[in-house]
Amino acid sequence: MGLLIRGGRVIDPGCGLDGKFDILIEDGKIVEIIPHGKSHKSGKHQIYEAKGKVVTPGLIDIHVHLREPGHEYKETIKSGSEAAARGGFSTICCMPNTIPPNDCAAVTELILRKASAEAKVNVFPIGAISKGLEGKAIAEYGDLKEAGVVAISDDGHPVASAQLMRRAMEYARAFGLTVIDHCEDPLLSAGGVVNEGLISTLTGLKGIPAAAEESIVARDILLAELTAARLHIAHVSTAGSVRMIREAKARGVPVTAEVTPNHFTLTEESVKNYDTNAKINPPLRTKADVEALKEGLADGTIEVIASDHAPHSPAEKELEFDMAAFGISGIEVSLPLSLNLVRDKVLSLKDLVAKMTIGPARVIGLRKGTLTVGSDADVSILDIDREWTADVRVFRSKGKNSPFNGSPMKGSAEVIVGGKPVKI
Amino acid sequence: MQLKSKDLLDIETLAPEELTFILDTTETMKEVSARDIKKVPTLRGKTVVNLFLEASTRTRASFEIAAKRLSADTLTFTGTGSSLSKGETLMDMARNIQAMNPDMLVIRHQASGAPAMLARLLRIPVINAGDGWHEHPTQALLDMMTIREKKGKLSGLTVAIVGDITHSRVARSDLHGLRKMGCNVRLCGPFTMIPPYIDNLGAKVYPNIEEALKGVDVIIMLRIQLERQEVGLFPSIREYSRFYGLTTDRVGRAKKDVIIMHPGPINRGVEITPEVADGPYSVILDQVANGVAVRMAVLYLLSGAGGR
Amino acid sequence: MNSKEMELILTRMTHEILEKNKGCEGLVLVGIRTGGVFLSARISKIINHVTGKDIPTGTMDITLYRDDLSRIGYAPMVKKTEIQFSIDKKVVILVDDVLYTGRTIRAAMDALIDLGRPRQIQLAVLIDRGLRELPISADYVGKRIETSPEEIVDVILKDAGMKEDGVVLRKKHAAEK
Repeated sequence: MGLLIRGGRVIDPGCGLDGKFDILIEDGKIVEIIPHGKSHKSGKHQIYEAKGKVVTPGLIDIHVHLREPGHEYKETIKSGSEAAARGGFSTICCMPNTIPPNDCAAVTELILRKASAEAKVNVFPIGAISKGLEGKAIAEYGDLKEAGVVAISDDGHPVASAQLMRRAMEYARAFGLTVIDHCEDPLLSAGGVVNEGLISTLTGLKGIPAAAEESIVARDILLAELTAARLHIAHVSTAGSVRMIREAKARGVPVTAEVTPNHFTLTEESVKNYDTNAKINPPLRTKADVEALKEGLADGTIEVIASDHAPHSPAEKELEFDMAAFGISGIEVSLPLSLNLVRDKVLSLKDLVAKMTIGPARVIGLRKGTLTVGSDADVSILDIDREWTADVRVFRSKGKNSPFNGSPMKGSAEVIVGGKPVKI
Repeated sequence: MQLKSKDLLDIETLAPEELTFILDTTETMKEVSARDIKKVPTLRGKTVVNLFLEASTRTRASFEIAAKRLSADTLTFTGTGSSLSKGETLMDMARNIQAMNPDMLVIRHQASGAPAMLARLLRIPVINAGDGWHEHPTQALLDMMTIREKKGKLSGLTVAIVGDITHSRVARSDLHGLRKMGCNVRLCGPFTMIPPYIDNLGAKVYPNIEEALKGVDVIIMLRIQLERQEVGLFPSIREYSRFYGLTTDRVGRAKKDVIIMHPGPINRGVEITPEVADGPYSVILDQVANGVAVRMAVLYLLSGAGGR
Repeated sequence: MNSKEMELILTRMTHEILEKNKGCEGLVLVGIRTGGVFLSARISKIINHVTGKDIPTGTMDITLYRDDLSRIGYAPMVKKTEIQFSIDKKVVILVDDVLYTGRTIRAAMDALIDLGRPRQIQLAVLIDRGLRELPISADYVGKRIETSPEEIVDVILKDAGMKEDGVVLRKKHAAEK
């Protein structure tokens, strides 16, 4: 018996669809996409009523920290996947800064095995750039790729050595792996906990200058040019970074970029009262940076929205600001915050969906993100106008560290993974 | 009138009327300190907890005397020797202290924002005795008290603050307070130690000390921490004191009736020469005397909040 | 009570003070803020008129000695106590406008004793409205009136900027209850 998603508005930028279509799913694959009014393959089907909803390819978040193995008290593959499903995502990619780090096939296989047994959504691991994430020697990209990683990154850590970054880009090229960089010069950012600016001056907190990110974005762009590698800039946060990425693209450099909803929604004002829930790296920046990020989204400079979901326990956050961990548990509010971009006329709904489906899929070369016949039946059903209030107590994520706790949200989604609706 | 907040965390959020109110109350408290019996029964039976998690002798002593002159009982915890050295978090320590039912908490901490954290957690008034680089409100209050006494007013005066502004909570609190009371504030120091956008807060930045001191009414010298040289914020002590130290000549650039202040402790010969520190324009010791009275006033004014 | 009556009453009280103390040798006046301050100034003027002498006069703020600070939920404005002379071995005449529960006078006596060791403390009040809560009585009383706790006695003085002198007995407003 198949599943028929009926009555919704289907938006799939990956194949240019935007209109009223029904979708028929059988055996975990999409078998038919039928315009309304036309008749579909006969037979008894389960009906998934999507009237008034927007139906998209399953949303993809390529920047998520799942904390397993090693820090299961903060999050597990299971709880993180439930949080993702709650957030409307059918596919997530998990960063390698676990304990032990994912710098070898053994850890990759562990993650995949756990995900296969327990995860509610598709989980794809991202492997490490350097062994142990120490930034000294490149990891075994070939082995990692065979084990199942979809990209490489040292995220959580910058790659301080330009020489290592160059080697990583060159070596990864043969395996078709995108290099995702957390751009930060640790010597410039040393000890910093907020954006260097008016708020850091007022609060007496050490600042991280925009130049700490921009100098490495510049370096990576030049190295990508040198090596013809596929470079993806993680969590862009400054106007200067956006400008340089735009120029690089114009020159034909194969660089892509992502932004988190935290960075295009909040500014450094959020840390004025020392709220550690707003402490992230890169830090929340100024209004001007937020405007530039939105422009970057609008003109295609930034083609991906990714949450950088970073759950922490209260033991890491209920501390003096200097000592608290960096990170926001963000995946469950990523969609409503991103929909604000449509409401504020920064992006059309179609463009927004692209940045959460085909955009991320293309960056890492994943065969998902679009609803063609024969593809995996990963579908998100969005209720764009549903109003609710973010409440960390009912987050599926173990991480309750969110500055949006108590804030009104508009928009949510349910998700179908491999043809089966996910019940959370 | 009353102070609007149950705590004293910073000068930034105080209204000018509140500042004036505290200074006026300080005058009354000064009179108590001048008597033979330097005690009033006002806070009798109240317990003031002093949580000094960063080294400090003078501020701690000042708060202790202030509480005792108001007949309060004091309980002092310092950073070493408390359970913090065993790895207890600040929040846990605060919860434990609250369980002992104190009436007020005075905290000095090396992390900016720590008093704010405690003020949110605890029902009782929290007084910031200095947090990281953020603020040192009672220091600014005693500075303003001293200036008001010596000059008869605050409004319209030009005050120069010289030193490591970036790492100075005294500079921030003084800047907020003096601006609210209508002073012109000049900041002077090497650019490596001037924080960004400080001119947005109403200060004028002068990299050159001779320019900064020209015609000023008040000079506040800040202590330069020698560790800052180790991390390369200035090349050598010699260079710092040559270009940013207060000498008799440089004092001559200011008004004839200039007063010279310093939050202490002084690095003699580094940011201020001994002749100037001990000279006729220095009011450094008056600052200390005012410190006790200011802290008595703050303890008194916030204690009423205990009933709220 | 009007200005003329008040003046007569204060004059009578001043004569009583001088009679009881056999002149003004060793006498000092301390007015309790705020009402007692103006009255003690007037008494001082009358003493000067009668004896030609100026006796030391000071003001006292008893706020820091109040017994109800933790109950009222705020810290009342505290003004200066200005007693620029020694009170040791002197006869201190405490002056206040209204004597009611007696707590203010108790606080004033504690404050005086922290300042020195007077030979005697005597109390002069313009109005004694009864309803004492402590065993305190005045040596010199302008007028005794019977009141209830729902009422308020206001002493209005020209020296405080009002048009006329007077004493007003009224019921408490809703806000004052």
